[in-house]
Amino acid sequence: MAQKIGVYLDRENIGGGLNLDELAAKTKEKWGELTPVVKVVPIMAESVPEIEADIKANDLDGVLLCGASPRVDSGFYRFPQEDGRKILVDHVNLREQCVLCYENPDGSPVDPRVAPELLKIMAQDYINMGVVQLQKTTPADPAVVKGVRRILVIGGGWTGMHAAIEASKSGYEVVLIEKNDKLGGAVNNIPVASPLRSPWADKEPTHLSELIEDLDKDPNITVCLNATMKTLVGEPGEYKAIANVGGEEKSWEVGAVVVATGWVPLSEKYLAPMGLGSSPAIITAAQFAQMLVKNEVKAKRIAFVLDTTIAEKAFAAEANEPEKDILEAEASGKNAESDGENMDQPYVKEDLESIKHLAYSNVVNSVGMLRQANIICDKTGDAVQAYIIYKNMAIPGILERFYRTMQNRLGIMMTKADVTSVKDHGDRVVVSCENTLLGMDFDLDVDLVVLPCGIVPTTAKELVVNFDYRQGPDFPDLELFDGYADSNYICFPYETRRTGVYAAGCVRQPMTLDLCEEDACGAVLKAIECIESGDRGVAVAPRSGDRTHPIFNFLRCTQCKRCTVECPFGALDDDEKGTPKPNPSRCRRCGTCFGACPERVISFADYNIDQVSAMLRQPDIPKNFKEGGPRILIMACENDAYPALDMAGLRHKKWSPYCRIIPVRCLGSVNAIWISDAMNKGYDGVLLMGCKYGDDYQCHFMKGSELSHLRMENIAETLNRLRVEPERVEQLEVAIDEYDRIPELIDGFVDRITALGPNPFKGM
Amino acid sequence: MSNAILVVGGGLTGLTAAIEAAELGHEVYLVEKNPWLGGRVAQLTKYFPKLCPPSCGLEIQFQRIKKNPLIKCFTMTELVGLKGKKGGYTAKIRLNPRHTPPFNVDFSLLASSLEGEAPSEFELGMTKRKALYKAMPFAFPARWVLDPSALSKSDAARVAGAKFLNINEKAKEIELDVASIIVATGWRPYDMANLPNLGGGKWKNCISNMQMERLASPFGPTGGVIKRPSDGQRPLSVAFAQCAGSRDQNHLNYCSYICCMATFKQCLYLVEQNPQVRITVYYIDLRAPGRYINTLEKVQKLPNVRFVKGKVAEILPGRGDNLRVVAENAITGEKQTLEYELCVLATGMQPSLAAESLPLPMPLDMDGFVAGGEEAGIFAAGCARMPLDVSRSAQAGTAAALKASQIAKGR
Repeated sequence: MAQKIGVYLDRENIGGGLNLDELAAKTKEKWGELTPVVKVVPIMAESVPEIEADIKANDLDGVLLCGASPRVDSGFYRFPQEDGRKILVDHVNLREQCVLCYENPDGSPVDPRVAPELLKIMAQDYINMGVVQLQKTTPADPAVVKGVRRILVIGGGWTGMHAAIEASKSGYEVVLIEKNDKLGGAVNNIPVASPLRSPWADKEPTHLSELIEDLDKDPNITVCLNATMKTLVGEPGEYKAIANVGGEEKSWEVGAVVVATGWVPLSEKYLAPMGLGSSPAIITAAQFAQMLVKNEVKAKRIAFVLDTTIAEKAFAAEANEPEKDILEAEASGKNAESDGENMDQPYVKEDLESIKHLAYSNVVNSVGMLRQANIICDKTGDAVQAYIIYKNMAIPGILERFYRTMQNRLGIMMTKADVTSVKDHGDRVVVSCENTLLGMDFDLDVDLVVLPCGIVPTTAKELVVNFDYRQGPDFPDLELFDGYADSNYICFPYETRRTGVYAAGCVRQPMTLDLCEEDACGAVLKAIECIESGDRGVAVAPRSGDRTHPIFNFLRCTQCKRCTVECPFGALDDDEKGTPKPNPSRCRRCGTCFGACPERVISFADYNIDQVSAMLRQPDIPKNFKEGGPRILIMACENDAYPALDMAGLRHKKWSPYCRIIPVRCLGSVNAIWISDAMNKGYDGVLLMGCKYGDDYQCHFMKGSELSHLRMENIAETLNRLRVEPERVEQLEVAIDEYDRIPELIDGFVDRITALGPNPFKGM
Repeated sequence: MSNAILVVGGGLTGLTAAIEAAELGHEVYLVEKNPWLGGRVAQLTKYFPKLCPPSCGLEIQFQRIKKNPLIKCFTMTELVGLKGKKGGYTAKIRLNPRHTPPFNVDFSLLASSLEGEAPSEFELGMTKRKALYKAMPFAFPARWVLDPSALSKSDAARVAGAKFLNINEKAKEIELDVASIIVATGWRPYDMANLPNLGGGKWKNCISNMQMERLASPFGPTGGVIKRPSDGQRPLSVAFAQCAGSRDQNHLNYCSYICCMATFKQCLYLVEQNPQVRITVYYIDLRAPGRYINTLEKVQKLPNVRFVKGKVAEILPGRGDNLRVVAENAITGEKQTLEYELCVLATGMQPSLAAESLPLPMPLDMDGFVAGGEEAGIFAAGCARMPLDVSRSAQAGTAAALKASQIAKGR
């Protein structure tokens, strides 16, 4: 708890005609000993030495900086102390979200030299809210975990082997487990790969045996063959990995996990419409790869068929079915995550394999077939005629150079075509082509047809990690990514809802070997980062470096299980009675747990129920709605809505001066108690502004804004019971770039509330 | 010996690499030649395939930088020299003058009172900026820049007396000890002027795909309403010419990876703004790697969009400000000439290093992509190495941070 707070007002950055000396005097008068220093400074950033001196002279333990948004220049204000004492720092946004957005309720012009009364009230309210915010903040006591410097790599294919080697190069021990009896995975059938490095123009040997040798020689790496995961217990930094190694159970302490379990070929049934299974002369690329390795290819005319439209059409109906199932499940309210009791049932893995995996593998197939055609031409001295029939040659980027090399290859003939059928005619196979570039339809007679492969991620079919988590053994949300263990975020490809476990290679997305190699490095970096962060007791992204963590007051816990069910990261397990068991290094500090808790059991050192309740009670609510105007509380997600509000202010957008904004970590952290506190206090409306939810969610904590939306129903019920109109509370989605819509969103809500009239609790 | 890492380039790849390396515990110097971080992605309106705004991810990255004292960002800064060897380099950087203070001051009033203007680099020349400016609302660092060359005479007098502005600030050079270097110098749009047959730079209503991003942006020159440059009308018919420069041995000898997806995304912008719009996409191949195929399918289902396999041969003036597009349909063999109100050239990406050089012992290939350097502890990532999309660039930046950290021992 900050007990001696220095309050500083930034003359340069506040403006608006506010009398800062008067504000300072009022602040001093209201808070007395709690704020031994209250000063107006000419410009905040240049006053750092002065603030440092005040900290020493007055033994301050908190500093409240009132001026520009905390998003601006916050890196200047750290105030490290020689004795290690932590100074709590907070900001009051008097520029973007107070002065710059101010407008008179009647729209009359504002004199920039003389602050209107309502602006003065707003500024004073925000300073007071800032003071109690700091008062209710305590220095963080980090939850340090062991930080075991050993990484578990699951899968010994190209990606897994590279991950192991890179982790070892970084000085970490590695345990690599591989399901099969040898390393190499799919690369066992790829002695020669597509280009792996500059100039990206020609095939390259994979040197698999050398790579395996490197792995075997490396004293940091333990390889276990014939091994599968039994379970992963605990939390990042100090996981216990238990595996079945050749029938024997083995276990290791590991700090983090790289999942490189790769893929399995799409079931052959999906390629039956293209003739697979009807003739030994129609095979898949995977089968062709094995034949190449064994030198068994006898055919002289080979067609590589990249156009998979016939197969996709045949299974189109089926491909759309899973979506229907999801919709039905949603309609009937069956949501595994929100239904806590369901989790106690034995887990049934849903098979996510579908025809879509064929189309998703377009790049790997295009590159792969060029490579295979090239190899067979090499082996036969271009005596073979290889036809590559494509609809769209999907070789994006630098590999165009490889494509061009192949175009110049004598034995390779490529054409764009829509393939309408592939039929066995006994002595030959006929590939019927339409819409070709040759200006006519034709039938191509060949001895062998090679069909593409569908890269089905292992995570679509089986449990590869087997988490010993209360929320179940699997990665959540796999259905959103068609079974791939991928991230939802374009900017953050290694984001995961299971902190400390990072997927790489074809289990994440279909990718060529060069990218698998790079992906392995990325995943290893995240694994190391997670171990080191746990060792320091700080969170990983997006709140990287956060030293706080949720603290539970178990005395008041009623074992309702809501926090354990709703945590987007599965950070909370529980005991038989249902008491939550926190795993701080799985936690990402979003606060969804305390948003869920009806008993106010959970808190962070710098963010808690009591703190926000105290903050929202600071403003004086006018008893007379008509004279003093309504009061609206806005809870804004600090990741997107809050910056959008800042931008709106900077762009001179104005909105109702009756609003008070409190930033929240995520709408998932908004507790219904805050809303009833606001109603009790006499606010006329509460507006929640957060990120988009649904399948394409933009919430940085995955489920926060969605959970908040779901909780609104309960809130409406509570309000109804209190005889308060549920319309007084609304949640609006606002993306970070929708700042120009802010006035319309806020004023629209204020108008609706004004029409409703005063909160019936006002003045009670 | 130092445990520090130098990152050259503050676009998405460089930002990712710098932040990840710093969160491992390394000291990181991030050097960016522009006044702000974010690079090309900051100019984009939305990312494919989710159509989410880039500022959302950048905001998180900037927060991570602000919270981490291990990262030191130098904007308007260039790498000018390098001594030493892998594990123990001394890099010399030149900090060009910004003429504004190292902290944030809101200069909007003063800026609006100035007369002098220059074409806005950020808006790709489609609008002008003042001599004192901030290119975009989300600019980070949130500081203004003074460009003395754009000041008018009366401006100069105004600025001379202004508090916090230092017109006499000079460039300065400093040296940094680093163990390894990440090169994330990114790309620039291929210059349309090199494509005279397509009318780039010649016809007003022939714009590049990057200019289209700015037209669709809520903080762009048209406030997000897509209007054609000649008369500010909202176009009813639009042609996209794919591979404008890319996959062409006379121009860019590779595929630029993102242009197909960018066009699909821009089709969605156009249809959202005007359900009556008619669009033709002229292409060689439709490249939607992996799960991006879903976006292609979505666009193919739109009644507004027609795909024609065939490369555009020529773009000529048509009636009024319209343009005539000459292309051969590769399947029917038919030569078509059709008129459109707006043409978008899906111009490719050219590595920045094709036109600039860095004092680093690192080979480039014939197109200007970095082709090595790892042995010297120099790791190229992102579009400096090959054309990539945003997600793959972030992947590359993360991977490069690992490689660079293996040399910079002792965190």
